Amino acid sequence: MSRPTFRFTFWKLVFLFLIAAGLYATVIRFTQGLGASTNLSDKFPWGIWVSFDVLCGVMLAAGGFTLTATVHILNIKRMHSIIRPTILTAFLGYVLVCFALMYDLGKPYNIWHPLIMRNPHSVMFEVAYCVMLYTTVLALEFSPIVLERFNLQKPLKVIRTILIPLVILGVILSTLHQSSLGTLYLIVPEKLHPFWYSPLLPVFFFVSAIAVGLAMTIFESSLSAKHFGLELELPVLQELGRVLVVVLGVYGILRFEDLANRHALKLAFQRSYETGFFWLEISLALVLPIILLVQRRVRSNPKGLYFAAVLVVLGFITNRMNVSITGFEGSTGVRYFPKWTELAVTGMIIAAGFALFGLAVKYLPIFPEHEFASEPVAETASAPAELPVLEHAGD
Amino acid sequence: MSKALLYDSTVCIGCKQCEQACATQNNLPYDDAIAAEEFQSAHKLTNILTRGDKFMRRLCMNCNDPSCASVCPVGALKKTALGPVTYDPAKCMGCRYCMVACPFSVPKYEWGKLFPKVQKCVMCPDRVAQGKQTACAEICPTGATKFGERDELIAEARQRIHDNPGKYVDHIYGLEEVGGTSVLLLSAVPFETFGYRTNISKDPLPMLTYQVLSHIPDFVPLGGMVLGGVWWITHRREEVALAEGRSPVTKKNGGKR
Repeated sequence: MSRPTFRFTFWKLVFLFLIAAGLYATVIRFTQGLGASTNLSDKFPWGIWVSFDVLCGVMLAAGGFTLTATVHILNIKRMHSIIRPTILTAFLGYVLVCFALMYDLGKPYNIWHPLIMRNPHSVMFEVAYCVMLYTTVLALEFSPIVLERFNLQKPLKVIRTILIPLVILGVILSTLHQSSLGTLYLIVPEKLHPFWYSPLLPVFFFVSAIAVGLAMTIFESSLSAKHFGLELELPVLQELGRVLVVVLGVYGILRFEDLANRHALKLAFQRSYETGFFWLEISLALVLPIILLVQRRVRSNPKGLYFAAVLVVLGFITNRMNVSITGFEGSTGVRYFPKWTELAVTGMIIAAGFALFGLAVKYLPIFPEHEFASEPVAETASAPAELPVLEHAGD
Repeated sequence: MSKALLYDSTVCIGCKQCEQACATQNNLPYDDAIAAEEFQSAHKLTNILTRGDKFMRRLCMNCNDPSCASVCPVGALKKTALGPVTYDPAKCMGCRYCMVACPFSVPKYEWGKLFPKVQKCVMCPDRVAQGKQTACAEICPTGATKFGERDELIAEARQRIHDNPGKYVDHIYGLEEVGGTSVLLLSAVPFETFGYRTNISKDPLPMLTYQVLSHIPDFVPLGGMVLGGVWWITHRREEVALAEGRSPVTKKNGGKR
């Protein structure tokens, strides 16, 4: 797709617009403060910079731990071909979450304080530590791609040696903070609407992070295949689609059992502001994707698979927004809608994510065809179904 | 040992001198416009509400086991042994989790400032440490806000309810709410009239998160063992293949050759 001359395509214009608006909003945020740049108030202290940039950001990066566990721990090698783009997505995700935090924190220059001022009773403290450590782990998991590019064999060898402990650490840290983002809300039983407040919040956040991790892997592989003109790893993605249905099923059963046990299920059939958002979330995240993905016809169709994955991602974005915004509107008596500056910053961060992904793919060996012979296991594994006969013809 | 405030709304005359004394104590502005504001904010840490001929005071409850101090990642908010829940702006990084977590929605933020602080009544910790009353209790002309030992104030509140049948709602607000608070309230009309929630938990809320968090130290070695074990088991096939001198390929490819 590399063109010799720079041309303004539609998406490039969108990208430039988002960056420009985001930069303008950045100036407002850091010269006039949170009050002027957000619709936050004493009654509604957390908005989309927490809901989307942090809660959704971390969730959307969950493919990293899901797939490294699948490939390196469960030893399912045929998934290896899609592990690099997934780690790239995760690493970019966490870097952008940390970046976005600088906007939301009232005093961003104190962001390092949890390092030395520790409160082990605080979920936020635990999340801060896990995110910090896991971003480091992801940087290390990502580093071989950069090291290979510059052919630095010695550090590459070091990373390969510690890879398994690193992956295990990454999975543990992810399990902890993905669930802890749900634990954050356990302390507000009277403030959060019963659709979303549950003692099982940490479990819901963790299971849905796995679902979104799988869906994001399908999403980003499909998009890359189209955009960069690569061959789609359809058999691998189909298999992810199958696992995704099971995870969604488990989540759905847990969710509705919990609603029933807390006698909140009847609320779902009463007209209210929250009911609409609840069913929107359930339809997008569970009902539609499950109906689609149980059908072999849909799973084996790249477009169907992609569409279902997008639904899951949108569904759980709705879920995180509901937990952190919709669910609080009743008890606070405030209808929160983000100011343009809040949307502009979030838009810029999303645009930056896509752009950085594109740059990384352009300059680094992200996709399997670039993979060097120094990783023989990956080569054999990345060639299921179609090509292996030819590749191993000389064996 | 622990100090507290007892506010008896039936004694209050609504003079708002406590509001003014509080502003002075905390170096905050106070004028007629601010006096008319019926809600707490970053510049008004306590307020007297008026409903007909009834008054009620609102301020930070200074909980015995405060949610805000529990959730603060950097320990900027702290419950002191004497009773006040204090705030250290130098530690605060502005995550505002305290505002989300507080069951009474008390902490307020300086939204208009570039280097904002959380603001709330901190029960005059310096004065209390010197053995003095809080500024609001000292100024109160009728004794509606009374400072003292928590245990003694509870006994006194019970006595007042007992001695004046029908005068009070039979409830000391803050005795049991979220595990008890350092501010105790008496009222002639239901507390809901003034926005005090009465469906509030009797247990301290920080336990809800801590009972999850406290399992983390156990989870880490366990998770490591399980994941390491699974890795060890799933990679056995390759070890066997290597030992037998075959190349460690997947079953699928091996079958095809």
